[in-house]
Amino acid sequence: MISIADQLLVLVLLINFISLGTSRLIFSIRAVAVQGVILGILPGLIHPFSWHLVGITVGIITAKGFAIPMLLNRAVRTAEIKREVEPFLGYVPTLLLGAVFTALSFGFAGKLPLLPEHQNYIFVPASIATLMTGFLILTTRRKAISQVIGYLVLENGIFIFGLLLAEAMPIMVEAGALLDLLVGTFVMGIVMNLISREFSSLDTSRLTSLKEE
Amino acid sequence: MLAALIILPLVGAAVTWLIPFDRLRPKVLSLFALAHLGITILLLTDTPPESPGGWIHLDALGKIVLLSTSVLFLFCAIYSIGYLFYRRERSNRVLCVGLLVCLSAASLVTITHHLGLMWVALETTTISMAPLIYFNRNARSIEATWKYLLICSVGVALALIGLYFLAYSTIVARVEPSLLLDDLMRDAGKLSSGWVHAAFVFLLVGFGSKMGLAPLHTWKPDAYGEAPGLVGAMLAGGLVNLAFLALLRVYQLCLATKEIAFFQNALVVMGLVSMIFAAIFMARQADFKRMLAYSSVEHVGIMAVALGLGGKAIFGALFHILANGLTKGVLFLSSGNIHRSYNSKRTDHVRGAMRRLPWSGGLFLAGFIAITGSPPFAPFISEFTIISSAFIQGRMLIGAIFLISLTVIFIGMALTVLPMVMGEVPSDSETTSYRDTIWTVGPPFLLLLLVFALGVWIPAPLMSLLKDAAALLEVPQ
Repeated sequence: MISIADQLLVLVLLINFISLGTSRLIFSIRAVAVQGVILGILPGLIHPFSWHLVGITVGIITAKGFAIPMLLNRAVRTAEIKREVEPFLGYVPTLLLGAVFTALSFGFAGKLPLLPEHQNYIFVPASIATLMTGFLILTTRRKAISQVIGYLVLENGIFIFGLLLAEAMPIMVEAGALLDLLVGTFVMGIVMNLISREFSSLDTSRLTSLKEE
Repeated sequence: MLAALIILPLVGAAVTWLIPFDRLRPKVLSLFALAHLGITILLLTDTPPESPGGWIHLDALGKIVLLSTSVLFLFCAIYSIGYLFYRRERSNRVLCVGLLVCLSAASLVTITHHLGLMWVALETTTISMAPLIYFNRNARSIEATWKYLLICSVGVALALIGLYFLAYSTIVARVEPSLLLDDLMRDAGKLSSGWVHAAFVFLLVGFGSKMGLAPLHTWKPDAYGEAPGLVGAMLAGGLVNLAFLALLRVYQLCLATKEIAFFQNALVVMGLVSMIFAAIFMARQADFKRMLAYSSVEHVGIMAVALGLGGKAIFGALFHILANGLTKGVLFLSSGNIHRSYNSKRTDHVRGAMRRLPWSGGLFLAGFIAITGSPPFAPFISEFTIISSAFIQGRMLIGAIFLISLTVIFIGMALTVLPMVMGEVPSDSETTSYRDTIWTVGPPFLLLLLVFALGVWIPAPLMSLLKDAAALLEVPQ
């Protein structure tokens, strides 16, 4: 089971690079949806069966795999944009930065003390690398949709780390945290639709009326 | 009783959601706010013991924040009766419901000792405030909402990973895995220091951005500038204190793990940078609500510096929770009135507010005098305590930067506020239907009276509450 989990995490890391490297928004949304589904499967692989687990798996897969991607797809369609043009930082530099961050997170995780039973997993580096990827997308892209995708990836990174903490986090808190993050994403999706209606564009660099004079 | 604190505002939210009349909703809001304050005062005088398991525990730190939030909320709710009368053109359903949901989550932040639960409640306050910033439904407010939502959500998400690190440090240390403050403090010596250190960095950045400490403050001027006055008051006087309480919890943990020196230095640096940023941007600010936002950046800076200094300054920081929160209420509510009357928040349009609105203009001026730390108002006491503590500890440089920033901010703010309230009303100024009434002027006036009263006399129960709270944050010798 461990090896399957690790291979899935490698897939998660690959998807990070896809979302960093592509300019096609629909493709990027689909990649993050796949990442969400993988995250939904992961808890089932490393924890013993329980109804709470089933709930989390179903919840994550519906929200991250279907509901949120649908919301984003609709925004892309109504705003009639296909590509992220002119990001603040080009695709090749962000990909390189992504690679550097991934390497650094493996180094960082190697330095920190891990439980012996976690030592063979790549949970910690995968989590930190995904977190950094999300942060990178958030800061380098102009379109509101890309920024929401960045937030989703960041959230996925946090979720991966959360998998190590099944005993420490009571169900209520874990569920509450997940719910808050998902509601946050939904509210962002709604605000994004409002932006596209108001500005007839999803380009956040047009949001400049509130600059310091 | 503690449960009522959380459930009552939620019931209120449901009731206001169902009410079909815009005029009735603010009144119901005020009733629930009054009941909340009543319960708060009962809880402060007769505190229940901590719940079995230790999840719910109202301690002295939580009490101070709960009290200031509840008082401010009541005055904002009463103000909304008068204010929303002038905003009849749009439904206030979302506003009233959002405020009550936020109050419920805010109360939960103050009474819980479980860091995970505290995080959930804190993130709920962030999300519930987002639709309120969008109250004006225009391009500018959508921009402000977007920045607020994105920066605060990312910030609070970073705080969550910090909490995860903390939880993992308990697993690595083979102590009972937990995110309860009391458990963590008990086992602090055994926790894995690498993880704890990383956790503190993430928690500081996360809660710091929610609180609006520079350089993570960039959402603040936009959100405070575009939100209606009473929402601005709740953001600057309420939510800021909740994030500060979260930092106080981290501080308590740092005290227990002996990592306190690192955390204190980080707080002092971030606090001073916030004050310097505020001093730079305060001068020649063309929009008076944005100016108030920079004043908020300044005051979270003051609280962070005070916490970083430790010693006597802790008392100043805790008293500043009340002093700053209530004074921000005066400023935002009266500025909301001025905004309504001139239908503009640009300082070149708004002149002679004292002539046009003697009450609101006067309150705004008095609020300015109070917030810049002039006696005899409450912020003077807290700021004086902090400065004197800095010099007594021999940290001359910090004290000097602190004093210079305060002076520059005073001058910068005066250059904006004095022309606004003094002089003649421009002849081409737009006339609106807004007039000062008891409902729009009463709440900021009473808040100002409170700020004044706290400046001249701190009642004995409050004094002992502040001392108890400060004792929780003392560096053990």
